[in-house]
Amino acid sequence: MDFADIPLLLASAIRLSIPLIFAAIAGLYAERSGIIDIGLEGKMLLGAFAAGAVASVAGNPYVGLLGAMAVGVMVSLVQGVASVRFRGNQLVLGLAINIIATGLTVFVGIALYARGGQTPPLPDGARFSAIAPQFSWLEGVPALQSALAGLAGGHTILTLGAFVAVAVTYLVLYHSSFGLRMYACGDKPEALDSAGVSVYRMRYQAMVINGLLCGAAGAYLAIVQGGAFYRDMTAGQGYLALAALIFGNWKPVRVLLVCQLFAATDALQSRLQGLSIAEVDVPVQAIQAMPYVLAILLLAITAGKSEAPLAGGKPYTKGQR
Amino acid sequence: MTDQEASHLEFRDISKSFGPVVANNSVSFKVERGTVHGLIGENGAGKTTLMSMLFGLYDPDGGEVLINGARADIKTPSDAIRLGIGMVHQHFMLVERQTALQNLMLGSEGGFWLGRRNGQARREIEAIQQRYGLEFPLDVPVGQLAVGIQQRIEIVKALYRGAELLILDEPTSVLTPPEVELLFHVMRDLVADGKTVVLITHKLQEVMEATRNVTILRHGEVVDTLRTAETSREALAEGMVGRALRARPVERKPCGEAVKVSVENLTVCDSRDIRLVRDVSFEIREGEILGVAGVSGNGQSEILRAMAGLMPVTSGRIRMRDIEIGAGDSIGLAELRQRGVGLVPEDRLGEALVGAWPASENAVLGLTRTPFYDTLTARYPGAEMHSEWCGDLMRDHDVRPADPARRMSFFSGGNQQKLVIGRELSFDPDVLLIGQPTRGVDIGAIEFIHDHLRQERDKGKALMVVSVELEELIALSDRVLVMFEGRSMGVLDKSEFSERRIGMMMAGYSKEATAEMSQEVAE
Amino acid sequence: MTAHTQSALGGLLASLLNIAAALFLGGVLILAVGENPFRAYAAVLEGAFGTVDGIGYTLHYATNFIFSGLGFALAAHVRQFNIGGEGQAYFAGLIVAVLCIWLPWMPWWALLPLAVAGAALFGAAWAAVPAYLVVRRNCHLVITTIMFNFIASLLMIYLIVSVLRPAGSMAPAGPGLEPGQRLPQIIDMINSFGFRFQPAPLNVMIFVALAVSYAVYRALWRTKWGYELRAAGANDRAARVAGVPIGRMTAQAICLSGALVGLMAVNEIMGAQHRLTLDFALGYGFIGIAVALIGANTPLGIVAAAVLFGALYQGGASLVFLFPSVSREVVVVLQGLVIFFAGGLATMLRPYADALTGALLSRSTAKTEGA
Repeated sequence: MDFADIPLLLASAIRLSIPLIFAAIAGLYAERSGIIDIGLEGKMLLGAFAAGAVASVAGNPYVGLLGAMAVGVMVSLVQGVASVRFRGNQLVLGLAINIIATGLTVFVGIALYARGGQTPPLPDGARFSAIAPQFSWLEGVPALQSALAGLAGGHTILTLGAFVAVAVTYLVLYHSSFGLRMYACGDKPEALDSAGVSVYRMRYQAMVINGLLCGAAGAYLAIVQGGAFYRDMTAGQGYLALAALIFGNWKPVRVLLVCQLFAATDALQSRLQGLSIAEVDVPVQAIQAMPYVLAILLLAITAGKSEAPLAGGKPYTKGQR
Repeated sequence: MTDQEASHLEFRDISKSFGPVVANNSVSFKVERGTVHGLIGENGAGKTTLMSMLFGLYDPDGGEVLINGARADIKTPSDAIRLGIGMVHQHFMLVERQTALQNLMLGSEGGFWLGRRNGQARREIEAIQQRYGLEFPLDVPVGQLAVGIQQRIEIVKALYRGAELLILDEPTSVLTPPEVELLFHVMRDLVADGKTVVLITHKLQEVMEATRNVTILRHGEVVDTLRTAETSREALAEGMVGRALRARPVERKPCGEAVKVSVENLTVCDSRDIRLVRDVSFEIREGEILGVAGVSGNGQSEILRAMAGLMPVTSGRIRMRDIEIGAGDSIGLAELRQRGVGLVPEDRLGEALVGAWPASENAVLGLTRTPFYDTLTARYPGAEMHSEWCGDLMRDHDVRPADPARRMSFFSGGNQQKLVIGRELSFDPDVLLIGQPTRGVDIGAIEFIHDHLRQERDKGKALMVVSVELEELIALSDRVLVMFEGRSMGVLDKSEFSERRIGMMMAGYSKEATAEMSQEVAE
Repeated sequence: MTAHTQSALGGLLASLLNIAAALFLGGVLILAVGENPFRAYAAVLEGAFGTVDGIGYTLHYATNFIFSGLGFALAAHVRQFNIGGEGQAYFAGLIVAVLCIWLPWMPWWALLPLAVAGAALFGAAWAAVPAYLVVRRNCHLVITTIMFNFIASLLMIYLIVSVLRPAGSMAPAGPGLEPGQRLPQIIDMINSFGFRFQPAPLNVMIFVALAVSYAVYRALWRTKWGYELRAAGANDRAARVAGVPIGRMTAQAICLSGALVGLMAVNEIMGAQHRLTLDFALGYGFIGIAVALIGANTPLGIVAAAVLFGALYQGGASLVFLFPSVSREVVVVLQGLVIFFAGGLATMLRPYADALTGALLSRSTAKTEGA
């Protein structure tokens, strides 16, 4: 690995971080409003399937994205109704969504395409076009020019979308009445209720946003990264996003940085394969396990100092104290 | 009594049940505009339920509410707020990690983006603060403020939302006597501005002092609505309880000389290193009940928890029988019980019982790690041991209904507490630590529990009772330790204490500064 | 009729309603891909119970699900969700395979207690780190155990492919077991009486599973330890005041949960695969969740639910042959739906179930009183 690789490595890290960011921010809305969301993984998977299927039919990535978002919102709302209206166990519901997603995507995939659960490969027209800025105004400094081009190249509109989502979430959370209410809803719903705002409606609104973002995360996996939907293509990213949300202390900018960290270890993988330390070959699997180990280490460090929403996971019953 | 136009609020035949429990039965009364109206009754008489319906937290099963003579359909708190109703709940509805300003604006932000609205809200709030003398910082997280200050935020919150009718639910239970004075002053100012206040309380003195009219509730029904000036404390008390109260003669054996509990220079800090108990010392002798008084949150609970091994001792020393707890010692409740110390925790359903379990399973909670459990297994061989033991426990301690299979949370507060106290006494501890023995307990059970505790004292045990009910401490204690901001304000002997003196010490006056009050008692 | 029995009946009814609802939605799904759901379910039933070897497979899978269901339930009694059953089973599988390789001369009956103990120990060990992290560092068990699943899976790939695979073998699997090390299959025993049934991997581990279920029942409901463990889960603050060491109880429950789940490895490796394979427990951990939830975390309920899911798992496999557009993943969907209803709609179904049992019981008592 030499110095010139670094921009490329960073660019690859950023690309890998996008689904994590979408999913973690989705989780942020749900959890800040008081719904613990273990189901990010499943909603990403369903979103990815919908994106792959719709984009291949429509031949247009934007329609695929919309399809993924629609499915995401539908599932989030079902999860929301079961959590809020029927006061279900939010952990169990999230797990159930993940399991249903694993089965349903493959079941429907086989029924529709008979390709072992995979959707048809997307032609170029059905995928987001990558941007490739040349930074020609930097011709005088070729090293910087190639570095910047390497860093900025190969991204799609969804990369921008993820960063905009973080920025907007920051503004909404700290500078809007919606954010104020959402914070109250996750910390002390009875305070919000007695202030004349419906806790239920607040949570449903948060779940709609959650679904849109989960859909976007899935669409990125299928349309940008995979070029099709593959079975179990999330591979634990929903859980990693949840870990990022916890280690990021439910704060959008910190969550973004943690997602970058996870993605960077993932991106390093391809560079580190075949690495040997002190003449002993490091097994590929050890390198592949890095993001998971990192997630556990980060969670172990965070313990005790969290900003976790106080009422998270507890169904709200009106008038109860 | 009053004509239709003058009444700000009227209840007509309001009823509400929770399953088999009737909380309100055909409640009807009127509240005059521009007055303080008292609503009194025992715990569980249905006061809070009634007011929660007025505020849209519950839907009534039947009946109607009239505001300014017009039928009001209040389904949600936002309906109530629109109708000019504000409520200060007993448990504050504040988001503790948000600032006062954020809490005040919540739900009434006036637009999506906050931006400039913050400044506007700040000006309006400061105007209300000045008008009523309700000072508090706007930019500090509410959780860091004292309870009395949080209550001011709640009152201003209601006023900021344009409340004309303000419901105060047991507002004085968290206040020191001077703070109570200030609150009554605020109430007078509100009434002077044409607003109406409903004061929920079970303290008769407050009703006599602050209200124009008063409604008595008993078992969910209205006993009467009266002009305060035309009634008396005694009449109100009889109305609340439904029978004449007799003053109980207090006869007792003198306590012994042996010191069973001694606490020296105890300091206790929480996880954030805030000192909650500062340098407190006291002793309890055999055959003695030490009462610990204080407005809640002044360190009493932490003394109890440190003695029970539930909080670490930062410095100082606790000695109970042959047990010594100092800084760095961690002693579990299992060991304390084995060595003759019993605990009745303050939060009954939170710490003493498993509400979702049947009574039978609750009857051995905490006993499993005492030698007594082995005598139980010997006494009740067979698979139904817990049930049989529970049945006997219920008979001995008058727990009703005596059904071991019944879910614990379905018992009334008094019956739950009787089971807890019976269970804790069953292994015959020599030192008994008791938090809030009669919180949420009906009057009949209170007498039973008090008699029980006196009997244990007369057997030569050492008891410590932490309570927020001054009357209870005075009735029960041989001596009273008064706490203020984590410090001991002094220990008063039975001959020295009066409700007034303890009240003053709870507000931070020392034993010496209130010394002349003991003369009042003596006279 | 005690309140306890009545609530147990209500719980049973709620579970049955739950299964019915899941089967209904699964049927809608099958209908949506153009097949007849009744015929499909009939095929599942036929595949699971129609033949002796079908029953053998059903009960073999049920054995696995009893272990994973009991494991999940034990942790659930302290309000912890151990979803790392698969990782724990893989790690347990490692020791089972290694024992078989180390002791090639040992007959199955001598090896079995060693393998059971080893699998329990290794399963518990793989759960120990997440248990420590949840107790001491307050780390979410769901996340840590899922991460440990991924790590276990990668570890197994490395060990099987790079260490244990016999030289020259292409298949990603460890060396085969000696014939004497294989657990006797029950159908073989039956066939020794002259029958000629098709073979199935059902083996003596089912008896171990039933014995373990009874042991778990005794431990949880008839010992002080079990009482305290349930107290820790039902109200941790009250349990603490009762002198129960919450952290230690939680850690014990999670480790024991791993130990129980780990026993699946003995059943699969010594009873069915006869070698260490990749992904030998794929999906079994999650089925354990459904089994525990349907069985209301009680051993008796878990055994019943495990048979149900064993049947779905076995019968689901035969669906594929009969209906080209229906894949066996419909079983995964059913399992997810069951978990969803148990978690989400239990509160919705429960009052109806309770009302119904209440009505039935009051009628029967009224009759007896009248008589």
